[in-house]
Amino acid sequence: MSRKSQNSTRVSRRTFSAGLGAVGFIAGTAPFNIVRAQGAALKVGVLLPRSGYQAGIGQDCQRGVDIAAGILKDMGMPSLQIVNADTETNVEIARSRAEKLISEGAQLLVGAFDSGQSTAIAQVAEQKGIPYVINIAAAPPITEQGYKFVFRNFPTAPMILGDAFANQKEIFAAVGAAPKTAVFLHVNDTFGTAMKGGIGAVMPKFDMPYKIVETIAYDPAARDLSVEISKAKATGAEAMIVVSRLNDAILLTRELVKQRWSPTTILSMGPGWYEDQYLKTLGKLSDGPLSFVPWYDPNKPLSKQLEAALAKAHAGVNLNTNHVYTFEALLVAADAYKRAGSTDPKALADAIRTTNITNNVSPGPGIQFDAKGQNSALKNSAIQNRAGKLVTVAPKVAANAKPEWPLAPYDKRA
Amino acid sequence: MPAEVYLNVAVGGVLTGLVYGLMALGLSVIFGVVRVVNFAHGEMMTIAMYIAIVLFATFRIDPLIMLLPIAALLFGLGYVMQAGLINRFITRPEHSQFLLLVAVAIIMINVLLIIFGPDAQNVQTAYSYDSFQIGPLIVDAAKVYAAAAALVVTAALFAFFRYTHIGTAIRACADNYTGALVVGLDVKRLYALTFGLGSACVGAAGTMLLLIFDVTPAAGPAYTLLAFVIVITGGLGSMPGALLGGILIGLTEAMAGLMFSPSAKSMFAFGILVLVLLFRPQGIMGKRAA
Repeated sequence: MSRKSQNSTRVSRRTFSAGLGAVGFIAGTAPFNIVRAQGAALKVGVLLPRSGYQAGIGQDCQRGVDIAAGILKDMGMPSLQIVNADTETNVEIARSRAEKLISEGAQLLVGAFDSGQSTAIAQVAEQKGIPYVINIAAAPPITEQGYKFVFRNFPTAPMILGDAFANQKEIFAAVGAAPKTAVFLHVNDTFGTAMKGGIGAVMPKFDMPYKIVETIAYDPAARDLSVEISKAKATGAEAMIVVSRLNDAILLTRELVKQRWSPTTILSMGPGWYEDQYLKTLGKLSDGPLSFVPWYDPNKPLSKQLEAALAKAHAGVNLNTNHVYTFEALLVAADAYKRAGSTDPKALADAIRTTNITNNVSPGPGIQFDAKGQNSALKNSAIQNRAGKLVTVAPKVAANAKPEWPLAPYDKRA
Repeated sequence: MPAEVYLNVAVGGVLTGLVYGLMALGLSVIFGVVRVVNFAHGEMMTIAMYIAIVLFATFRIDPLIMLLPIAALLFGLGYVMQAGLINRFITRPEHSQFLLLVAVAIIMINVLLIIFGPDAQNVQTAYSYDSFQIGPLIVDAAKVYAAAAALVVTAALFAFFRYTHIGTAIRACADNYTGALVVGLDVKRLYALTFGLGSACVGAAGTMLLLIFDVTPAAGPAYTLLAFVIVITGGLGSMPGALLGGILIGLTEAMAGLMFSPSAKSMFAFGILVLVLLFRPQGIMGKRAA
């Protein structure tokens, strides 16, 4: 027993030769390993609110991540190694998760749907010198800080509002009609109040054909919106402009039906009215509202590819803003890595700065960034609900249907 | 603004207030007899709402038909809670009772969250989008059915307390605890029955409220707070007071929303509460403490 043990620890000439051979083999193939390291996947940290009150949206954005790998491969892009992180819908947690991702070797960051969380991540990315591509966040200041590593392929709030009014005018011209009066209902939270301020500032520049006769603010957690609709109906306004979220959009529609009021049109300047849950819950009552949102150009070839991939991965889910802009953020990352040929953060940031992707999904000429890191050429769309699907009705260059006007009365829907 | 708008909103407020009243009645009954403030009241109502959602999704049973079975289920839940848990805390300090029921409420919210997720849910009945038009008045059909059912349940509860032996015994416990013990009443069993009845009220209210509102697991605390506002306004322990308080709060919220800002309507409901506490601390129909 002891002899065997002694023998097993002794290095024989044969063992030494074999070991030497192995070392030589490894040394000989080392240059190939270096080549493989350069061709390895780029480590991308994807920060999304996967829990907390924005969990549903974060999980929807994740669908854009899920379908990206196959499409990027088809486009001849290098692979991305996705590392997921949950911001928990919390600014401070978003900041700490970004720091953790970088310390664990993330070479580029993507996310985070929300302006507050994206602002915190941008500060970390800039401080650490790691490129950060924002998927969705509309607050203008993020790209006004002079950051060198922060890029945004999403319109700012003034861009969204400006395009909304331009698209409305295009629709009014196309249908040969326009409302003279409108009542404006909005959620009384940070987003709703900011949009109210933005609409007040931007609308006068567009010489709109209608006048807002009354503004009604309501609690985002309201259980019942019957009083709000009674008040709106009493104004006698032709159109209803809304800035809402999902649950209140459903509540408002129910009250419109119950109180037997069908405005000429419903113009939504926020989420809610086009979301899958709205369409599923209300069925035929969901048809008609027009939403003015950052969307996708359904006529672009890549949009069709994205729609097909989403249908395969998540049957019954309509392609939307969350999927499109999360996918495009990863497309920017892969394209930059391909051109930079390196994972060096500065080389990646320089490559992103010179991005020129014309085979993309979002409306407009493509993805390019200005000196501030903002894609300022992006266009927004007007979409309309039709039988559980969404069609784009403006701008004309990115439309796949003509607008239906006026809103079909709720009590006359078969 | 046309007068019919005020009338429409006022009618809607009163109808919603009647269901609020039934919800608060449960809290008032429990406090009036057992002298325990049920801090899990709203959460128990959300449980009833989710039971209704499950039954509707599985068997397509109308909530108005489910009202009695769900009230019976909540009666069972309330009875078991009182007999198995709260009776042990009856003689303990009030803060122990408070912490116990807050803990129960938190457990209920989290269990609902695990089972049903955070999204709002509702039932779509054949009359979900119906309304009655009477001249210029347009009244939500679901609110009319819910309010009518609330009135029937409340009348049945009044009758139970006034005309049955058990009801009389429960009132005896409420009036004189020691006297009830002396004459040989099984006070702990009567307490459990009372907690069960209060829970049945909240079960019935939840089933009907589902016709009007969506439910989320997190909705419970808001309903608990609303029930407190109503019973304190109407008079803690007073059954007619709970119903009156419900109508008053429902009407105030609706009219404040119309005449001022809808987002400020809760402020007016709390304003009424402050006024009542200042000028009639025992509530509108409550008895002044001796």
